[in-house]
Amino acid sequence: MTAILDLTAAQAAAAIERGDLDPGELFGIYRERAAADELGAWTWVADAAPVAFDVGAPLRGVPLAVKDLFCTEGVPSQAGSRILEGYRPPYTATCVERLQTAGATLLGKTNQDEFAMGSSNENSGFGPVLNPWDRSRVPGGSSGGSAAAVAAGSAPWALGTDTGGSIRQPAALCGIVGLKPTYGTVSRFGMIAFACSLDQAGPLTRDVTDAALLYRHMAGADARDATAVGHPDEIGLPSAERLDGVRLGVPVELAGGEGIEPGVLAAFERSLALARELGATVEEVSLPTADRALSAYYVIAPAECSSNLARFDGVRYGLRVEADDLLTMYTETRHDGFGDEVKRRILIGTYALSSGYYDAYYGRAQRVRTLIARELAAVFERVDAIVTPTSPGVAFELGSKSADPLAMYLNDFFTVPMSLAGVPAISIPCGLADGLPVGLQVAGAAFSENRLLDIAYALEQGLGFDGSPARGGATP
Amino acid sequence: MSDVRYEPVIGLEIHVQLSTRTKMFCACPLSFGEPPNTRTCPVCLGLPGTLPVANAEAIHHGLMIGLALGSQLAARSIFHRKNYFYPDLPKGYQISQYDEPLCSGGRLGEVRIHRVHLEEDAAKLTHVGASGRIHGSDASIVDFNRGGTPLAEIVTEPDLRSPEQASEWLRLLRTTLRRLGVSDVNMEEGSLRCDANISIRPTGSDELGTKTELKNMNSFRFIERGIRAEIARQEQLLRAGEPVVQETLHFDPRTEAITSLRSKEEAHDYRYFPEPDLPPVTITEAMLERARAGLPELPLEREQRLASELGLNAESARLLSWRSELGDYFEAALAAGGGVESQPLANWLGELTTRAGGEDPAATGVEPAQLAALAALVSSGAVTQGAARQVLDRMVAAGGGDPAAIVEAEGLGAVGGADELAPIVRAALEANPDVAEKLRDGDMKPIGVIIGHVMRETRGRADGKEVTAIVRAELGLGG
Repeated sequence: MTAILDLTAAQAAAAIERGDLDPGELFGIYRERAAADELGAWTWVADAAPVAFDVGAPLRGVPLAVKDLFCTEGVPSQAGSRILEGYRPPYTATCVERLQTAGATLLGKTNQDEFAMGSSNENSGFGPVLNPWDRSRVPGGSSGGSAAAVAAGSAPWALGTDTGGSIRQPAALCGIVGLKPTYGTVSRFGMIAFACSLDQAGPLTRDVTDAALLYRHMAGADARDATAVGHPDEIGLPSAERLDGVRLGVPVELAGGEGIEPGVLAAFERSLALARELGATVEEVSLPTADRALSAYYVIAPAECSSNLARFDGVRYGLRVEADDLLTMYTETRHDGFGDEVKRRILIGTYALSSGYYDAYYGRAQRVRTLIARELAAVFERVDAIVTPTSPGVAFELGSKSADPLAMYLNDFFTVPMSLAGVPAISIPCGLADGLPVGLQVAGAAFSENRLLDIAYALEQGLGFDGSPARGGATP
Repeated sequence: MSDVRYEPVIGLEIHVQLSTRTKMFCACPLSFGEPPNTRTCPVCLGLPGTLPVANAEAIHHGLMIGLALGSQLAARSIFHRKNYFYPDLPKGYQISQYDEPLCSGGRLGEVRIHRVHLEEDAAKLTHVGASGRIHGSDASIVDFNRGGTPLAEIVTEPDLRSPEQASEWLRLLRTTLRRLGVSDVNMEEGSLRCDANISIRPTGSDELGTKTELKNMNSFRFIERGIRAEIARQEQLLRAGEPVVQETLHFDPRTEAITSLRSKEEAHDYRYFPEPDLPPVTITEAMLERARAGLPELPLEREQRLASELGLNAESARLLSWRSELGDYFEAALAAGGGVESQPLANWLGELTTRAGGEDPAATGVEPAQLAALAALVSSGAVTQGAARQVLDRMVAAGGGDPAAIVEAEGLGAVGGADELAPIVRAALEANPDVAEKLRDGDMKPIGVIIGHVMRETRGRADGKEVTAIVRAELGLGG
């Protein structure tokens, strides 16, 4: 059984294809572990294995964890919110449907920050998720359940979504790989929206190869999503061993290491040294507007969310708090159904869009966004990828930042510029600091996923990160 | 002050349901009275996770409307979200257009167009209980069949000056839209809905008074009545020295009462912002080309043609153009041949329309070719005007028929020629010796008595001019 758990998803699929592994047995092992999970990573686990596995399809029936906010027909899809408690949609998200067609089997739904708003998974309406490396710490967020499940070995791989870092940061804090693809390459149809212009689905996996394999079957245009254009290239499985000729850029704004934990900085610098050893050149690049990215992000995302979340009014589905009149029903339902962080962002967003404030907030934030996208595009003319730590720190103690939203928002400092620009970025584990994983972010130009995956793969081979302690930790 | 005369200033906002195959942002077919909530899908129900995809055919319809109204067409189609809470709006926002409408400016007849934009219709609410409105109702029932139906909102400049002019112009707009084939434009079924912005000002003033918005006028009759009632209400206020308050008003067609819909403190901040789920679509030359190619002859162009090419008088040209069904009937009759002249044919169509109760003449069953044949019989002198009216009565009564056959069967052919008429005229003169005396003396005034006598005898089949000529010949008065 340990041997099976040690297989990556791609390895498991290959074993099934060879006839060395029974997909039912694989599903059973993971189902049992998911059902016994003590980290709070799951909000729903399949009762039993499906009647049949599609072993002829490329993913060979390998089980898949899916973030709660992906709509899955007949299965609870609550986006981590009490306002959607028990909601079972009548349809399945395009991205999940594509993966099922490719042979993935739905193992369960994973916990998350409510409506993907958070960086610690403490904002879930269904309780926090614990970090499998240290249960007193957060797994990151908002895809914290997916990251913890993969790291702890209760799922071979998982789907997440990234709006400002919600795949990359929890991947970093849990010692796994997380890819935020180019905006528009994966359909958003069926993803319960946080911020439409930023939300993007992506894989959370044990290694870079799994990320490439899962992403390959997620990407594609969708007639039901006008913003989904698909990927111009076939996504290959990475194989680069060296980085000769690869130009990496490190933002000069990072040079002082200000605000970055020493252990994170050390792991980052070791990664840069490895990249040079593998043949890459590392140079400084400048992103002068990047320090405004967080401010712009925390206007644009709340503005969109304030509108996206208006539909949760108690009229048609989810929670309804009965009242004598319509307005009271609306307000009581939203009062009881939404958590504090969601309410905070609805308030901020409503304010930012209000008549008389639009230009000063939303309009200006969009202009900053345009500048950042241009700056990044210019940098990607010079270098193949930008590298940064994924998060300024390692997994923090539960509750340690809950009272200070600004400190919490700083978790997204390195990840948000790429989200605003819509460009792809991957986080891979690059070592431990005080026994906790550190993530390395590699970001590239729009649609450069194949190159990013190759760079990440070469570094991964050289880094030789061992994630098995977290899997052992989940089954004492 | 009480002798001040007021002039109304009226602008219209017209919502037109576009007759596309599917809804504005999803693949649901449009609803035509199906059972409630059977024409819905996760998208138009606003279920979590769903996304809109703009209906290209609706944009095409919008471009056609813009071209027909002479509007400036936008370089791109961009949608905004209009945010507000209401149970008929499942997403909590309506996808509409804001600062870049598809069509800007333009004109139809004497009225300037402000803008035309595309949006989605809301669901249909039915309020159960005595009030009939959401406040004070026992329950409200939502039918999402209508939700997501494509709408074009056409906003005019405040160029209308009377209730009659408003409803007349709205008929022209309706005919224009019907000719374009972009909508069913049926007010009773709600595919054409009209709100009016109304203010009044002292006649001769250039300033605009405070306007109110009057909603829920679902027929041409109610539009005239509603606007008239609101003008009267405003005038009464001003004459009493009270201000007109800017507000949205509801017109009750049954009682003609006008009540306030929303109070000012509920004024909405719609928090418009660009719809992030719909990337702007560039309006290409190919799209414009296709819209231009789809344009039929429009009512005002037809009016021009009927007057200048066919020589119809202004009244006929306008009537036949502003009411497509009349124009189409007319042109079908004209095409049927028989050498009938335009203006007499138009007049005979007027006769037929009167007999159809003012509605579509085709409903009488009289075919255009049959009407043309009747007009031709009159023109050739084979049937007199009076007899032809009797023939038409019989044609309508029978749901159509060959006029020549009716003339033959009923013996309604004109009595012509001295051979037939002279004996009847002689008898008439003999029966009215005093009249004959005056006529002989050159006093032609009482000739009507003789003509009337002849007409009675011939059941209207004689021609008045011919009778006069025979009278003169009989009395030796010369031509």
